Amino acid sequence: MDLVQMQKSLQDYTKSLFLEGILDSQFLQLQQLQDESNPDFVSQVVTLFFQDSDRILNDLSLSLDQQVVDFKKVDPHVHQLKGSSSSIGAQRVKNACVVFRSFCEQQNVEACHRCLQQVKQEYYLVKNRLETLFKLEQQIVASGGMIPAVELGF
Amino acid sequence: MVCEMETDQIEEMDVEVLSSMWPENVGTEADKQFNVEKPAGDLDTLKEVTIEEKPTIADLTRLPELMNSTQQGSSQLTNLVKQWEYMQDNAVRLLREELKNLNRQREEAEAKELKIIEEYKFESNEPENVPVLDETSDLFRRFRQKKRDALVDSKKIEIYEEFDTVAYWKQKALNLEKMLEASTERERRLVEKLSESLKTMESQSAPVQELTQNLERAEGFLHFILQNAPIVMGHQDKDLRYLFIYNKYPSLREQDILGKTDVEIFHGGGVKESQDFKREVLEKGKASKREITFTTDLFGSKTFLIYVEPVYNKAGEKIGINYMGMEVTEQVDKREKMAKLREDNAVRKAMESELNKTIHITEETMRAKQMLATMSHEIRSPLSGVVGMAEILSTTRLDKEQRQLLNVMISSGDLVLQLINDILDLSKVESGVMKLEATKFRPREVVKHVLQTAAASLKKSLTLEGNIADDVPIEVVGDVLRIRQILTNLISNAIKFTHEGNVGIKLQVISEPSFARDNTLTADTEEQEQNGLTETSVWICCDVWDTGIGIPENAIPCLFKKYMQASADHARKYGGTGLGLAICKQLVELMGGQLTVTSRVNEGSTFTFILPYKVGTSDDYSDDQDEFSDMADHQSEPDDTAEGYFQFKPLLGSIYSNGGPGIGNDFLPHKVMLTSPIKLMNSFVADPSNNTGQSEMLQLENGGYVDESKLETSSGHCPESAHQYENGNGRCFSKESESCSSSQASSEGGTLEMESELTVSSHREEEKAETDLKETSKPKILLVEDNKINIMVAKSMMKQLGHTMDIANNGVEAITAINHSSYDLVLMDVCMPVLDGLKATRLIRSYEETGNWNAAIEAGVDIKTLENEQVCVRSTNRLPIIAMTANTLAESSEECYANGMDSFISKPVTLQKLRECLQQYLH
Repeated sequence: MDLVQMQKSLQDYTKSLFLEGILDSQFLQLQQLQDESNPDFVSQVVTLFFQDSDRILNDLSLSLDQQVVDFKKVDPHVHQLKGSSSSIGAQRVKNACVVFRSFCEQQNVEACHRCLQQVKQEYYLVKNRLETLFKLEQQIVASGGMIPAVELGF
Repeated sequence: MVCEMETDQIEEMDVEVLSSMWPENVGTEADKQFNVEKPAGDLDTLKEVTIEEKPTIADLTRLPELMNSTQQGSSQLTNLVKQWEYMQDNAVRLLREELKNLNRQREEAEAKELKIIEEYKFESNEPENVPVLDETSDLFRRFRQKKRDALVDSKKIEIYEEFDTVAYWKQKALNLEKMLEASTERERRLVEKLSESLKTMESQSAPVQELTQNLERAEGFLHFILQNAPIVMGHQDKDLRYLFIYNKYPSLREQDILGKTDVEIFHGGGVKESQDFKREVLEKGKASKREITFTTDLFGSKTFLIYVEPVYNKAGEKIGINYMGMEVTEQVDKREKMAKLREDNAVRKAMESELNKTIHITEETMRAKQMLATMSHEIRSPLSGVVGMAEILSTTRLDKEQRQLLNVMISSGDLVLQLINDILDLSKVESGVMKLEATKFRPREVVKHVLQTAAASLKKSLTLEGNIADDVPIEVVGDVLRIRQILTNLISNAIKFTHEGNVGIKLQVISEPSFARDNTLTADTEEQEQNGLTETSVWICCDVWDTGIGIPENAIPCLFKKYMQASADHARKYGGTGLGLAICKQLVELMGGQLTVTSRVNEGSTFTFILPYKVGTSDDYSDDQDEFSDMADHQSEPDDTAEGYFQFKPLLGSIYSNGGPGIGNDFLPHKVMLTSPIKLMNSFVADPSNNTGQSEMLQLENGGYVDESKLETSSGHCPESAHQYENGNGRCFSKESESCSSSQASSEGGTLEMESELTVSSHREEEKAETDLKETSKPKILLVEDNKINIMVAKSMMKQLGHTMDIANNGVEAITAINHSSYDLVLMDVCMPVLDGLKATRLIRSYEETGNWNAAIEAGVDIKTLENEQVCVRSTNRLPIIAMTANTLAESSEECYANGMDSFISKPVTLQKLRECLQQYLH
């Protein structure tokens, strides 16, 4: 694939992530933080996010499957996930977490299960998309191109 | 005998004649007629004889004999017939008589019946009185009906039967006799009944006796009443002399009363009134009642209800009065009490409903305000993002048009942010969340700094003046931040509306104003200061005056109202939110003072606020090392701290000059000409809630004069000096700089001599410049955050902003870190495991206040290291702690402030927010 085309498609893809609300401006912050001294910053953070979130989601599933759900355990996990997702700009995960927390407060087990599913769904979506994004970036870098800056249009 | 003989003769004759002389029907008729009386056997015998006689043979010899005897028999027969006829007549006559008699009797009976009926009819007119007879009359009506039927029957008999037969009349007589008997019987029964009812009548005649008894009882009752009723009754003649009196509790004997008038008997209040009342009644001739309270020696104060009626003689002349009095003292008391109670109740109810209404309105208002505050808060975060991004954008390469647009965008954003901050301020004051701090400060320096700051951003050629009367204490205690906020607000207002001339601040001590008279604070400060009292109050009047456009009189009343400006025209021309003065007024009132304004159009305005301050004496400083150094400074430079006049003139080559000698020269090196736009922190608003800091940014275009210290501030290079964070915002320049100078004197020996000649503010700048040159160490920042990703992001951001950070993963780690080394800024996550940010902050603040970690140890935090001296010194200063909140309800900004945090950043953290925060808190 032509480098320019690849760059274009990366741009379009990134844009689509914003338009779909999967990412928000916080992700731009991350991208801003990425410079020569720290060229892989975004992917590092996001990878950390993935690791962290996988663990949290696992813990959440376990906690919610207990006979008696200990919401004191569940809530901090959700809070954690909310903080992380908010930090990397995974907007839809964050929003799902907000809803999740409100049901934690109500101690509504059934709704929490639903929320967990929702969070998972959003998480896998953003994970999938971001991995694709990084792949695209890697391809561009591999072909010796620059990663185009995302326009401040969102 | 004759009769029998005749019969025999006839039998014989029949045999001879062969046929009977009698027409057959007569014989049978007669037989029938007499069947009743004659036995049947006789008739039979005759028939047998007739049959036996038939075969007899006639004898001619014996015929004459027989003829004779026949003639004899015929005459005898004729005789007999005559006799029979006679007897018949006689019987008829007798029967007639009898009939007549009976008729008469019947008529009599009927008449009697009629009479009785009439009687009954008369009596049945009032059947309710004699119910027994009612029935009887019914009965009688029935009888009468029956009787009429009987009469009709007998008439029929008359028609169809012969009158002339004896049997018939006998029959009739018998019938009548029976009827008579029945009627007699009825009569008897009626008479019986009559006698019966007569008897009952007799027994009913008792009521008369009963009435008599009743009367007797009533009489007894009246006697009883008279004996026991708690009333006074009297009769007085027309001269109102007592002729008769009855009193339940006689304390006066009859001779004391009778023949005398009220006035002659009693003395005291009410006696005259009652006498007059009686006279009035007597004159008007109309009975009436009145309540009169007597206060006599005889029975004290008592209220009587008196009824008086006139008495007339038979001729209709008034001869006197009857009066009746009843003691109603208790009842009157009760009634009055009840009335009072009712009145109180009504008042209370009215107040209650009024209060409820007010509460309701207040609640509504509070809700609305709360909503406004919440909304403002919610708006502020994204807005600061917008403005921040715009600012970042402005640093990129832009063409001229883009830059212009961007500048408009930034200034508009700043305005909105200012407005929101003002709203938040106001709602804080109104909801009572705003807490006042009591810190020592020097009014002169505050004034000076406010003017300095104003001068620094001045774009007009105005002279700023500060005038402080000699009697204003050097140090007072109050909320310096708020006072500075008020001053700054008023000054910036004054500058805004003044195009040429002067703007100034004048401070003087006044006596306690009338609106605070009831306050226990006294205003006689001088005397008390001399007496060495540790804490007294002083009222200082502060005028902020200008020679500006002035305010039209009609606009003054709404000047302090929210969102109101003198006119829409002004708003357009001068901008502003219209909240500044409202905030000032609220703040002044919150501190127990008063803000007023006088103004003349085109001549200028003067805003005056009067505030009470506490005055501490020098004894206070001994326990405060920092303040002690202040004193040392103060003693070495007595002229400076007591300086009463400052002037900042828009001179070429110097932004401001000070009244002190040679000061102007000292400022020269710090004057910098700027050629590029630079962001300036102004210190107008010293409210910690202005955490975004953007509201305080002013943009100076090319050629603006800038104090060097400001330049340093904006560039973010700050000396390692925690002393600047007094009150968490680093704006108390004077005190800070002075403390800086003393504490750092040893390390900056070279500058020491110079400092002694510098003004207070120049200390700081000089010092800063020095430290900036000598010490390049960066401020130490501690990030307290448990989320790895957040840490990574924040760290990277800090790196880009040119800072490094230490990390603590929870509150306990944070406290340990703070205990081990000193930090200039702490970014504290609110929600953390082990120990959350709010608690950690509280413990840190407690440490700062007490100098020990006891509270933390109590809370279970393991503090291993002993406090070293350095920490001890630091503990007197406030470490800026910035909360990082997730913008949820549980992590409200209010709570952050309440727990001792200085400001907050809403998550997710952005470069912009961090930068602003560092700009505000790292100088």
